[in-house]
Amino acid sequence: MKPLTLRRLLVQCLTLVVVLFLVVVIALKFGAVPVSLYALGRDLLSVLFGQTSQISSDYGLIIVNIRLPRILLGMIVGASLSVAGTSFQALLRNPLADPYVLGVSSGASLGAILALIVEPHLSVSPLFAALLTPLGAFLGAAATITAVYFLGRREGQIDSTTLLLAGVITGSFLSAIILFLMSTLSGSLRGLSFWMMGELSTPLQKSVYWFLGVGFFVAAGAIYTTASDLNLLLSGEKEAMHLGVDVPRVRLVVYIAASFLTGLAVSVSGAVGYVGLIVPHVMRFIFGSDHRTLLPTAAIGGAIAVIMADTLARTVVAPTEVPVGAVTAVIGAPLFIYLLRRRLA
Amino acid sequence: MSSGSALARNSFDPARAGSDARLSVEQVSYAYSANPTQAPLFTLEATSFQAKPGEIVAILGPNASGKSTLLNLIAGALAPLSGRILLDGFVTHSLTPKTRAQRIAVVQQESRLLFPARAWEFVLQGRHAHGRSLRFESEDDVLIAKNALAQVGAAELSDRWMDQISGGEKQRVILARALAQQPLLLLLDEPTLHLDIAAQVGLLDALRRLAAENRYTVVVVTHELNLAAEYADQVVLMQRGRCLRVGPPANIYQRELLEQVFQTPLTVEMGASGRPRVTVLSAT
Repeated sequence: MKPLTLRRLLVQCLTLVVVLFLVVVIALKFGAVPVSLYALGRDLLSVLFGQTSQISSDYGLIIVNIRLPRILLGMIVGASLSVAGTSFQALLRNPLADPYVLGVSSGASLGAILALIVEPHLSVSPLFAALLTPLGAFLGAAATITAVYFLGRREGQIDSTTLLLAGVITGSFLSAIILFLMSTLSGSLRGLSFWMMGELSTPLQKSVYWFLGVGFFVAAGAIYTTASDLNLLLSGEKEAMHLGVDVPRVRLVVYIAASFLTGLAVSVSGAVGYVGLIVPHVMRFIFGSDHRTLLPTAAIGGAIAVIMADTLARTVVAPTEVPVGAVTAVIGAPLFIYLLRRRLA
Repeated sequence: MSSGSALARNSFDPARAGSDARLSVEQVSYAYSANPTQAPLFTLEATSFQAKPGEIVAILGPNASGKSTLLNLIAGALAPLSGRILLDGFVTHSLTPKTRAQRIAVVQQESRLLFPARAWEFVLQGRHAHGRSLRFESEDDVLIAKNALAQVGAAELSDRWMDQISGGEKQRVILARALAQQPLLLLLDEPTLHLDIAAQVGLLDALRRLAAENRYTVVVVTHELNLAAEYADQVVLMQRGRCLRVGPPANIYQRELLEQVFQTPLTVEMGASGRPRVTVLSAT
């Protein structure tokens, strides 16, 4: 018997943080302007440990103003989607659940687009206007997961196949509406591939990064308070209740927080798919299925995965860029099929 | 929530405190309907019985007789339409899920896992209600879980994966998880359903020993006439949502009554131990 200890949890997370750092350094290196890996690593470490306040070399501007913001964005998007995926998998008792597969990302996209359409007609302060898109995305995500949850039930019970089908169909329905809106309306709605596949190339204001960071930690923190409850929910809601879990409360907290995380990610990056599916599975394989470990490791792993996918997206057919969601889908969709077949066997 | 149930929550019944009953089911009824405007699909008529610490009660009856509904009412998972269920003077339905899990352990027919877990991880789940929502298991928790596995004779299964052990072994680990909750009341829903004869007897022997040692009150739902006769101190005989009789097996096991309830010809003879034995006869 080796129950989880705080020490083991910290060691596991720290290991992943080191991997994350290495991936960030490598991602910073790649791009149109060549940068030495060694110099980059040395400069970053000296900034991290407060020895200098800025990267003083000639490539500093590109790193700080162009590549680093994009990587930060990728970290938040990846972490949010992974935590959301992990939560949906536990609550719906479905190892194939993921914000994208369940159509929740499409719902968030639609919500964000509607917010962008409505925004010019509202006379609100610029600060509130900036929050309107994530709010719309959150509401879209929350409405979609609620709809899919009820569509996925059969005889009062969640049926995993029905649920997945309901999610996929809802997603394609919402995508059709997005396509319809995009082709009839023009203006500052960003590109179609942004909402359908996801991109990290949109520049954002500095305050938005703060909002994303704080939003992520609040929502992921709320989900983490239910980590032990989620462990018990894996055996079913009734059993969890008999073991002392306040099921309705946990369900409410986690659905709202996971929808918020999906909305957060989608409002700034569009619908990047399969991250919430692949990353929790990999982390479960390495660290086991205890949510006290799984949630933080999935968050860090999600950051790693999206940065790696985006680096590929930027470099694989350079100078052209592929949407990052295309890279995650090319890797994620076959894995989904593999997991589905293995489960049926 | 009505003021009536708020009152009931704090009602420690002084009359009950004097009696030695731990579990007291008082005129409990229930109705289930899919739609409030329609006639109920299923009803449970007023049912009453009491059980002392260390006692095993069998809820016996054919399918759809209301056994599992009664068990869910006792567990506090359902609210009765009328009447009340008291565990040491507290209304079970009004307890919070956490407090309820500290006092009542439920063993379901089967326990499915989404992702593989080792037996010890599974047993530690029983300690969930005894800690804060986010924390790491203490040494006490580990000791209690180890003890629980040992008590059901499954210490050697500790490091095995739950999906790689036999049905009988799994049922023991599930029972160990219930013991790890350190409950006052142990509820089991058809615990022997998927077990072979040896595993059935093994489980029920363990249950009888544990009830005596730890002073649990045990309520078992079953349709196995002979297992109920052999192990129960009291039998609650159910048919189509009605509680027909309550009493020791020797008083309940009458041929005409059982034939009528179970819809099959049978014979009842008294065993040497004073416990009845039932032989089901072929209808042809």
